Amino acid sequence: MTDTPVQIFRDSDTDRGFRMKWWASRVAIYGVLVFWAVICLFPIYWTATTSFKLAANVMQGQMIPWPADWTPEGDWAKKLFYAPKWKGWESIGLSPQTLQQESTVRAEFLKRFGNSAIVSLTASTLAVVLGTMAAYGLSRFRYRFGWMKNDDILFFFLSQLILPPVVLALPFLVLYKELALLDTRIGLILLYTLSVLPIVIWIMKDQFETIPTELEEAALVDGLSIWGAFLTIIVPIALPGMVAAFILSLVLTWNEYFFAALLTSTHANTLPVMVASQTGSQGINWWSMAALSFAAILPLIVIGVVLERFIIKGMAAGAVK
Amino acid sequence: MSGNDQLHVVTSDDISDSRRRLGRMLVWGSAGLMALVALAQTAQQMGWSDFGFTNWRPTLYAYCLWATALCWAQVITRGEQGKRTLFVLPAALFVVSLTVFPLLFGLVIAFSNWNLSSLSGRQFNGTANLVQMWHDPFYWNALGNMVIYVLAIVVEYAIAFGLALILAGQIRARKFWRVAFLMPLMLSPVAVSWMIGKSMLEPRFGPLARLARSLGVENPSFFESPWMAKLTIMVLDAWTFIPFMMIMLLAGLQAIPKELQEASKVDGATGWKSFWEITFPLMLPVSVTAILIRIIFKLKLADIVITVTSGGPGGATDTVTSFIFREYRERSNVGYGTMLAMVYLVLIVIAMTVLMKLANRLTKPRT
Repeated sequence: MTDTPVQIFRDSDTDRGFRMKWWASRVAIYGVLVFWAVICLFPIYWTATTSFKLAANVMQGQMIPWPADWTPEGDWAKKLFYAPKWKGWESIGLSPQTLQQESTVRAEFLKRFGNSAIVSLTASTLAVVLGTMAAYGLSRFRYRFGWMKNDDILFFFLSQLILPPVVLALPFLVLYKELALLDTRIGLILLYTLSVLPIVIWIMKDQFETIPTELEEAALVDGLSIWGAFLTIIVPIALPGMVAAFILSLVLTWNEYFFAALLTSTHANTLPVMVASQTGSQGINWWSMAALSFAAILPLIVIGVVLERFIIKGMAAGAVK
Repeated sequence: MSGNDQLHVVTSDDISDSRRRLGRMLVWGSAGLMALVALAQTAQQMGWSDFGFTNWRPTLYAYCLWATALCWAQVITRGEQGKRTLFVLPAALFVVSLTVFPLLFGLVIAFSNWNLSSLSGRQFNGTANLVQMWHDPFYWNALGNMVIYVLAIVVEYAIAFGLALILAGQIRARKFWRVAFLMPLMLSPVAVSWMIGKSMLEPRFGPLARLARSLGVENPSFFESPWMAKLTIMVLDAWTFIPFMMIMLLAGLQAIPKELQEASKVDGATGWKSFWEITFPLMLPVSVTAILIRIIFKLKLADIVITVTSGGPGGATDTVTSFIFREYRERSNVGYGTMLAMVYLVLIVIAMTVLMKLANRLTKPRT
């Protein structure tokens, strides 16, 4: 053993070239990632910050909210920083001062928010219950409804996805008018359930196909009925898929605008309808629109961050067979 | 009925005749009740007699009762088999009553002149709506726009694929990027159309207009010339839906066995070549599914157009849905709007059938 360590392995020139290329590709990849993240997140940042602006800030185009005391001297700081104000949130009655007082705007906002929440939660629950049952049946038993066999029934359910909402919209308008369901939450819930049911069935069919039938067979031998086995054995196993389907339905129904705009007027209209009705009238009154928009999207941002796993699972179902 | 179920169950049902009779009585009884209520309501509608109904709700309740009785009777008359039917029957009844019936009703409306705001009510007018549609340049314009919008999916697909490839690669903080990229899909299109369409693209104070000005564009406007407006709508819609395709493609990429890529590397395929010859062909089925679903969603595009441009300038950004929406809002003519929607449905069904046939041929391995 010699005492001077001899470097046996050296990077040859080709290896060094390779390293350079590796670094270049890293920089390019992270560059693209950052660029796209900015594209995705900037509108949210913009809405959140605009809700704390005043007219002057909007016109001068300052971007960064910063407490007035800490703002450094100089013209460049005036162009970038502005002192955040609660004006936008005051206009929908959700700022710290107005939160204590009575506010008709806030009551209006909360009513719409409540409508949205009730309609989307109920419709998603209903769709998941109906869809899970149907998907389970279709993946376990052979049916024959007239000439329709399993594949036809499944196709019938999934083909509803193609049906554009506009085809149903006007017939439903007339029907609901006759049934006194116009401008009611139940009317919206029924339609929303219908519109997300194919997606739920798709996801759940995929989910049930991964669960081996031996599980139920064992349960049936142990004396459970089919429904007993379904409820106590299968549903708990399929729960992740159900949550995924539920979250995806929730997102779609919370954001739905077309039916809500057409079928509701004063009583049952949802948050998107309220946001849309304010857009035209507010002009350059951006702070209140920003506050309203941000309040409308906030629940979904929270859901997206917390439950991202399930959303991705839901959308990936059926993509890979 | 069930010769070879996925799930093998031995059932020993002995259903007595009286039980069978009870089930049949339940179904026919409730059906009779429904028919009776419906008849009474029709009678009132026609002015033969007055039962004091104010709306058609009673018929609806009778229908719900009948549907429940039908489900219940399945178990009574057919025992174990009925319990199985019970899994699918509620969903099937729900969908049938909410689509098939309104569609048939829609067909009736489509061939009539019915202005909801006038008192004259519905008048059958034969094919007059079809003739009017044939001479309606705005409808054809909207259909043409739909074709252009659908073609934009190619670009969306390319971007989504690129992002999915990067996300599937070796990167740090993968979860953060995934959440960030998913965000646009979560936001309500109506809020997005204010956030981006109305404020960020505002020609005087919007940040994107400022950016365009600092890049040397004088008087940037995003909604004035027809093509610019179309492009802006496409970008807005793409912004919302690229995450959707990206997630589907990402799932596909992660399902590709690692050995294949390693083997191709050993064989000396470089990045570009291994992408075109290994990854892309393997991703073909997923790609086709993603694109088909995306087309379906694209054909429903309406809320962004309604809230940002309401079809303008001069119908340049109109989609079929937003056009019918405005047609109804301005003239409240249900008949004509329904006819337009029905024609659209027929066109969609034809187009999707052709596309699905093509897709099948594309993804099936040729032997």
